[in-house]
Amino acid sequence: MISQFFVLSQRGDNIVFRDCRGDVQKNSAEIFFRKVKFWKEDDKEEAPPVFNVDGVNYFHVKVVGLLFVATTRNNLSPSLVLELLQRIARVIKDYLCVLSEESLRKNFVLVYELLDEVMDFGYVQTTSTEVLKSYIFNEPIVVDTDRSTPLGPAALFMQGAKRMPGMAVTKSVVAHEPGGRKREEIFVDIIEKISVTFSSSGYILTSEIDGTIQMKSYLTGNPEIRLALNDDLSIGRSGRSIYDYSGSSGTGSVILDDCNFHESVHLDNFDVDRTLTLVPSDGEFPVMNYRITQEFKPPFRINSLIEEAGPLKAEVILKIYAEFPSSITANTIVVEMPLPTYTTRVNFELEPGAVGQMTDFKESNRRLEWSLKKIVGGSEHTLRAKLTCSQESHGNITKEAGPVSMTFTIPMYNPSRLQVKYLQIAKKTKTYNPYRWVRYVTQANSYVARI
Amino acid sequence: MAPPAQSQKSASPSQPSGKGEVSDVKMQLRQLAGSRSPGTDDAKRELFKKVISYMTIGIDVSSVFSEMVMCSATSDIVLKKMCYLYVGNYAKYNPDLALLTINFLQRDCKDEDPMIRGLALRSLCSLRVANLVEYLVGPLGTGLKDGNSYVRMVAAVGVLKLYHISASTCMDADFPAMLKHLMLNDKDAQVVANCLTSLQEIWGLEASASEEAARERETLLSKPVIYYFLNRIKEFSEWAQCIVLELVAKYVPSDSNEIFDVMNLLEDRLQHANGAVVLATIKMFLQLTLSMTDVHQQVYERIKAPLLTLVSSGSPEQSYAVLSHLHLLVMRAPFIFSSDYKHFYCQYNEPFYVKKLKLEMLTAVANESNTYDIVTELCEYAANVDIPMARESIRAVGKIALQQYDVNAIVDRLLQFLEMEKEHVTAETLVLVKDLLRKYPQWSHDCIAVVGNISSKNVQEPKAKAALIWMLGEYAQDMQDAPYILESLIENWDEEHSAEVRLHLLTAIMKCFLRRPPETQKALGAALAAGLADFHQDVHDRALFYYRLLKYNVTVAERVVDPPKQAVSVFADTQSSEIKDRIFDEFNSLSVVYQKPSYMFTDKEHRGPFAFSEELGNLSIDTELADNVVPAQRVEANDKDLLLSTSEKEDNHGASNNSSAYNAPSYDGSRMVGASQAQQDLVSLDQPPPANVPVSLAIDDLLGLGLPVVPSPAPSPPALKLNAKAVLDPNSFQQKWRQLPLAASQEISMNPQGVSALSSPQVLLRHMQGHSIHCIASGGQAPNFKFFFFAQKEDEPSTYLVECVINSSTCKAQLKIKADDQSTSQAFSALFESALSKFGLP
Repeated sequence: MISQFFVLSQRGDNIVFRDCRGDVQKNSAEIFFRKVKFWKEDDKEEAPPVFNVDGVNYFHVKVVGLLFVATTRNNLSPSLVLELLQRIARVIKDYLCVLSEESLRKNFVLVYELLDEVMDFGYVQTTSTEVLKSYIFNEPIVVDTDRSTPLGPAALFMQGAKRMPGMAVTKSVVAHEPGGRKREEIFVDIIEKISVTFSSSGYILTSEIDGTIQMKSYLTGNPEIRLALNDDLSIGRSGRSIYDYSGSSGTGSVILDDCNFHESVHLDNFDVDRTLTLVPSDGEFPVMNYRITQEFKPPFRINSLIEEAGPLKAEVILKIYAEFPSSITANTIVVEMPLPTYTTRVNFELEPGAVGQMTDFKESNRRLEWSLKKIVGGSEHTLRAKLTCSQESHGNITKEAGPVSMTFTIPMYNPSRLQVKYLQIAKKTKTYNPYRWVRYVTQANSYVARI
Repeated sequence: MAPPAQSQKSASPSQPSGKGEVSDVKMQLRQLAGSRSPGTDDAKRELFKKVISYMTIGIDVSSVFSEMVMCSATSDIVLKKMCYLYVGNYAKYNPDLALLTINFLQRDCKDEDPMIRGLALRSLCSLRVANLVEYLVGPLGTGLKDGNSYVRMVAAVGVLKLYHISASTCMDADFPAMLKHLMLNDKDAQVVANCLTSLQEIWGLEASASEEAARERETLLSKPVIYYFLNRIKEFSEWAQCIVLELVAKYVPSDSNEIFDVMNLLEDRLQHANGAVVLATIKMFLQLTLSMTDVHQQVYERIKAPLLTLVSSGSPEQSYAVLSHLHLLVMRAPFIFSSDYKHFYCQYNEPFYVKKLKLEMLTAVANESNTYDIVTELCEYAANVDIPMARESIRAVGKIALQQYDVNAIVDRLLQFLEMEKEHVTAETLVLVKDLLRKYPQWSHDCIAVVGNISSKNVQEPKAKAALIWMLGEYAQDMQDAPYILESLIENWDEEHSAEVRLHLLTAIMKCFLRRPPETQKALGAALAAGLADFHQDVHDRALFYYRLLKYNVTVAERVVDPPKQAVSVFADTQSSEIKDRIFDEFNSLSVVYQKPSYMFTDKEHRGPFAFSEELGNLSIDTELADNVVPAQRVEANDKDLLLSTSEKEDNHGASNNSSAYNAPSYDGSRMVGASQAQQDLVSLDQPPPANVPVSLAIDDLLGLGLPVVPSPAPSPPALKLNAKAVLDPNSFQQKWRQLPLAASQEISMNPQGVSALSSPQVLLRHMQGHSIHCIASGGQAPNFKFFFFAQKEDEPSTYLVECVINSSTCKAQLKIKADDQSTSQAFSALFESALSKFGLP
């Protein structure tokens, strides 16, 4: 059982502090913050999510810069507590629309009200936004969404210049709309995070897709929903699976290594026609998580070169090829590369006519940073950088630099080709036709090219 | 809430210092208290909010207590909640004022709105004021019987709160019994779950004092209760499921069919998106199959994919928790994961704590077929700009080399590291090369060639410097410059800050001198002089020792300082197998993350349900035997219904159990574990009952034969004769165990046949009785069994007590022996060992 729960700001102030059992000292928040801040003085190592100081166990997760912390003296399941902290953050977000220091400070009474029902004497009671609704009486004070960063996977859709049709993802589950009536709508997001490592010669060493089908429903009356995925979807790789339902050994186009499902999902028809049935509860939740190590075509190819160019000089050439259809545009791309530690100055040379590109040399950690606002499918971009060094390299400059890493977001694109073929809502009346948004997005998790 | 002020906080200019504001609020609250004008509630809300925000940031607002209570007469539920919050926070420190709140809370407990009843009851129980408990009993009793599940839910936890304020009040009111009834009958799953958690805590704490509580705690693990929970598992919330699964993991099914039933029923929990549910299920699967090697391995295969999925979905913190468990499993059974090594490759943006775990897993799974890939990957990290990561990676490469796979290629790679000329890489590599040479002296030629090229000026880290100096001394004859490098190091003696390095320098120069005297003599003299003048005690002593040794006799000095060495075959493991097993027993707990068993980081009272009891008091003793018979019979009567109900549920999945995912191919353990025996998972024995006497008499004759065959290492012990009819009652055992000092403690290996026969403890007890060693209590479940034995000398009332913990997976037994007569404890220990070692032999 949990002894205390608190939320700290980045500076270490208590925003919320709830003591459930009174068996841990009151200044635990200070002890915790000092420990996290100065985990290892010389190294830049981060404090692990769980540690023990004088018999007290501290668990924490970082969400939008805030620290959600739980303490206990007992030997609890770390997964349970960390999962719970994450879930508390999500529930709070469901109620406040936006999770930020400001929104928490403005709504702390509501947050206390939530916590009271989420935990009793340190035992979890419920984290279901739906169930909690009947216990909550405070009205959220909504902070201005434009100024604060939204949280969670849906935040992806806010990036870039254009907003996706789904501004409403930041609606509170309890706040009344100005118009008085709620808009009937449901969002289904297929979010894929991809990890690829290229060898120095451009081969793919490892690749993985970690996907989530995220749902957020604003439908009244909790109608049942059917979600159909690709017919040829199969689960379990090349006979290694022991699932009963992995019929064919997998020549289908989408092969998941493994997946898991939200509690509310019924899999009765999943074996037969790959449909998921569920009654979505309020708030945002993952319907299904999946993992794919089947080969796929990476959206970007990276070509990098570093070589000496005379005494105390070196040159870096980075080329990026966007290998996806031209109808699709990637946004917020950042390419990073660590340079030799003795680099003192860097002169960048962008391709002629480049728009929306920025370059920077971060002196503190000797890193080259190249950011591009967007990249259209099929295009190719090059950056040249001339380095000035303070000492001769030891003959093998490639060992002193790299690897090149990349982050990006590609809306309406998913490399796994997993699809929601249809989204059926059990109809209450003939005229009932809520808005349905099915959106795809791909994001880089660890996208690395060695040099 | 954080009440009493934090001085540092209130000093901060950005926050109100407190005093003035608090008295302002106090004034305003007073004005509002009596007012009935419209809008009063809104004004109150604002003020209450202010009070609570002060409370959160650590300003002491306890002075407005009476005003808050006065204002609490309202029907506004939001106001009420804030008031409850405030009261709950300060009541403990103002017990007198808390009395003021009792009235309105009691009144609210009778409100017609169940919400208010529940909230009031919760606040009432949260006051934590000992002298108010009398007001709690009534409302709690009614709350447990309330028609609304919300109120019952609150009441179930309320009982636990009461227990923590005043255990006796709680027990006297017979609340545990009411909870038990509710647990087994309530329609609402959350009420049931709350009853279970409260009962587990109460009975767990009471168990050491009361036998009845200990028995009640055991009944939670009885078949009917476990099946009751399993049948309702889907009704519970994900969090309550974790609690139930944790309970089921401790249940001992009677045979393998039952194990498969349970596992098939819970199979789909492995697909849950909540990592806590999945890990709790895995723990249960692992515990249930411990004794069935084949199935146990199948479980490992089965849980791989779900674990990997959890690692890659969710936040870094969640994946860390899961990864720690994966790490534990990989360490236990590396061969099962050896084809999955690519999953353990590090991603550049992962936090260091994740990378470190992954590196350890990569090291563990390395085998003939994947070492090349793994080492290639590790070499990439070694060149990384992230220095801690580079260091860890080099260490990992070294560890793989020490595991003996493909050493050839790895040594080359390590030597390439030295050529990279990065200080931290060189330092780490030197330490490794040293270890490698201790294990594979045959590589000295290649290594020395490269190491010789390193300028000692480029090596600054003490550990690395010490390693380099060690190699200079050890291979002085192969390295031309050795004496001169050492000499230059000795010249800079005063600048060398690390005592470790100076110690190594002394030893190295000695070795060098013994091999190449003419070149080294001068340097040795300088080193000894410097060492004698050293402020560090150890350095000084070592220099003096060498000096005198050399003066005495150079050949003797050589034998001492530089004897011919044998290659090290295995480096000592940092953790004993016993500790590792304990961590495994505590799967799905912090022990796994910290890589320590719980007793190393928690106080006794917080160790939780998994912990192995250290005290005899927790083991059930004799009287239980008789009592146990009754519930066991009752269980059997109920068995059929229970099994029927689960198998009906199974019908959709498959016609018979044989089609399930888990089959025991050749498991015959089911026959060994008698159904009725397994239901009492604590087997207790009294002193030999009268019926046994003839048997022991017969053995008495044999005893004379048995004795002389005591193992040889002990120089023929004085013939220690034990009384075959020794008697000791449990109380005096406990008393003696507490009083006597530990006479001997050791770990011995048992023969595997014996261990496999252990599935039923009686066999061992009978066997030991054959050696006049009697069991007084036993308990535990696979793999850890615990026995308490005693024995008496034949001719005098001198007693020996033994605690024996047998781990059936490692075939090790831990002995702790205490004796009245300390002088014969060794002899007894030998006797005991020989008796135990014969166990299981035909």
